[in-house]
Amino acid sequence: MNSKTALKSLLVASVMSFGFAQGALAQNTVKIGSVLSVTGPSSFLGEPEDKTLRLYVDKINAAGGVAGKKIELVIYDDGGDANKARTFATRLIEDDEVIAMVGGTTTGSTMAMIPVFEEAQVPFISLAGAIEVIDPVRKFVFKTPHTDKMACEKIFEDLKKRNLTKIGLISGTDGFGASMRAQCVKVAPNYGMEILSDESYGPRDSDMTAQLTKIKNTAGVQAVVNPGFGQGPAIVTRNYAQLGMTNIPFYQSHGVASKSFIDLAGAAAEGVRLPAAALLVGDKLPESDPQKKVVTEYKQAYEGATKQSVSTFGGHAYDGLFILVEAMKRANSTDPKKIRDEIEKTKGFVGTGGIVNMSPTDHLGLDLSAFRMLEIKGGDWNLVASGS
Amino acid sequence: MAEFLQFLISGLTVGAVYALVALGFTLIYNASGVVNFAQGEFVMLGGMVTVFVSAAGVPLPLAAVIAIGVAVAIGLLLHRFAIEPARGASAVTLIIITIGASILLRGLAAIVFDKQFHKLPAFTGDTPVDVLGAAVQPQSFWVLGGTAVVVLALYVFLEHTITGKAVLATAANRLAARLVGINTTTIMALAFGGSAAIGAIAGILVTPITLTSYDVGTLLALKGFAAAMLGGMGNPLGAVVGGLLLGLLEAFGAGYISSTYKDAFAFVVILIVLFAAPQGLFGRRVVERV
Repeated sequence: MNSKTALKSLLVASVMSFGFAQGALAQNTVKIGSVLSVTGPSSFLGEPEDKTLRLYVDKINAAGGVAGKKIELVIYDDGGDANKARTFATRLIEDDEVIAMVGGTTTGSTMAMIPVFEEAQVPFISLAGAIEVIDPVRKFVFKTPHTDKMACEKIFEDLKKRNLTKIGLISGTDGFGASMRAQCVKVAPNYGMEILSDESYGPRDSDMTAQLTKIKNTAGVQAVVNPGFGQGPAIVTRNYAQLGMTNIPFYQSHGVASKSFIDLAGAAAEGVRLPAAALLVGDKLPESDPQKKVVTEYKQAYEGATKQSVSTFGGHAYDGLFILVEAMKRANSTDPKKIRDEIEKTKGFVGTGGIVNMSPTDHLGLDLSAFRMLEIKGGDWNLVASGS
Repeated sequence: MAEFLQFLISGLTVGAVYALVALGFTLIYNASGVVNFAQGEFVMLGGMVTVFVSAAGVPLPLAAVIAIGVAVAIGLLLHRFAIEPARGASAVTLIIITIGASILLRGLAAIVFDKQFHKLPAFTGDTPVDVLGAAVQPQSFWVLGGTAVVVLALYVFLEHTITGKAVLATAANRLAARLVGINTTTIMALAFGGSAAIGAIAGILVTPITLTSYDVGTLLALKGFAAAMLGGMGNPLGAVVGGLLLGLLEAFGAGYISSTYKDAFAFVVILIVLFAAPQGLFGRRVVERV
């Protein structure tokens, strides 16, 4: 039954793309491809990305398109499956003949698709988090989200300012948590951090008091960092308060930077600090902040169109799309290679994730200023003034 | 000592949930020989329905009752439309049907509700209680107490009511039970409804601690199944002991050995137990008569 429905939807999809293809011939259009995890376990990432891309491509087309050409968006849903992602990537290149791609929700599907785009020499702006996507630099691969390494550095920077150097780690064993933990362990010595306790929990665990008790009983721990994602960090935060550890500064990662974390963790989240993109605190940014305009506009547009609260993940798609559109304008061409060269020359692009300055050796182009250190106070995010 | 108590209570709380899931497995297994892998979905339904009904303005106790009602109805429907039509099929076929049902229920929940995590307020506040130096959430007592009540109620039902004895008779020998006039179809429906109710109660009790989402059922079903196997499939006492033991193994494993290997530690112990006693701690030795 499953394969039957799959076959059916495939048929429908192919009929539909046939229709679109004819439309494309009639008009003066360029095709931008995307493979996102709109369904499946990563749907909370893929769904806002999908909505953002559709929303803004419509807006761009309504305003006359890019350099006189309308954008045609081809989106496939990989359901969080890297194998499917690769198949769709090949289809985007061979059948749809896209000039560029903005997509790849997870690191897994991005890594699976990279060889296809590298070989076809088509620019690929990934929306995945891990640093592996752009390190080592690949000629045609770029990305917009901050890396977990930057999150660690931002946290350590803040700890250093507070003269705290002995820390405990409690990380999720899921991809995000494990990767960020590894990065934190790697960069800790650069900031003079000493990791006294290194605990972990499963992504589906429902009680972390045992691990936290161990950290609590480790002499000398001055702060605790929790690299993690999903509901795990919310439970860790609740257990943290339950064990009365709130006198020890507690840091979460950008992985929980959404309103639902505060809802889930409740009063226990008070005083927790975390690095996050400016998008979350758009209304709290000073007027002088260069990102103020772009994040408030994106928030209004997204929330107005979808009736859902904005997330940083949709913001990554916004950044990717506009980095590409700007590059297309500068290149004034639909040649993927020329567009690639222009993407690499992106300088001073103000996105939701930060100010992007790419170079041949840096295909992300963000520095630590892209992250804001936030503290949860009164059930809301608050910017931590630098130096406190 | 405080550390030990902290691990103990943490383990017992998590274990109590495993125990309730394992009890649900046991009830259905006894009546039908089927391992119902949709058991975790009942737990999910209990939590999710309560969350959404109470968000709609219904007081929490009433929302909980509605959630149990919904779970029971779905349990009965599952039996009526998926298990009953295939009653001649082998146990393996029926088990595969329940796996299908669990995927279906999860998918429906993702559409009907949403894919976010949700919480319920703790029944009696969030202020931790100090038990000899260990900080305990008040909700832990609700989970432990609730589990005790369910186990006791199930015991009274099975041992002291005619219907309960009919369940036991069906479990012992289905053909013989039918020969003495027990309607085994009704008994099976009862088992599905009952285990759905137990699952839903577990979901409601535990959501204030563990949070819930449309897909929490999978892991709980796996842990509950492991607990049921550890205690001996088909033995209610074994299910409870198995569940609590699994919870304790995880907590002490994480606390005293290594949190990275706590799941591995728990499952290694289960494997050792099953090597030594393949029928589980309290399982009956099955004798094949030829």
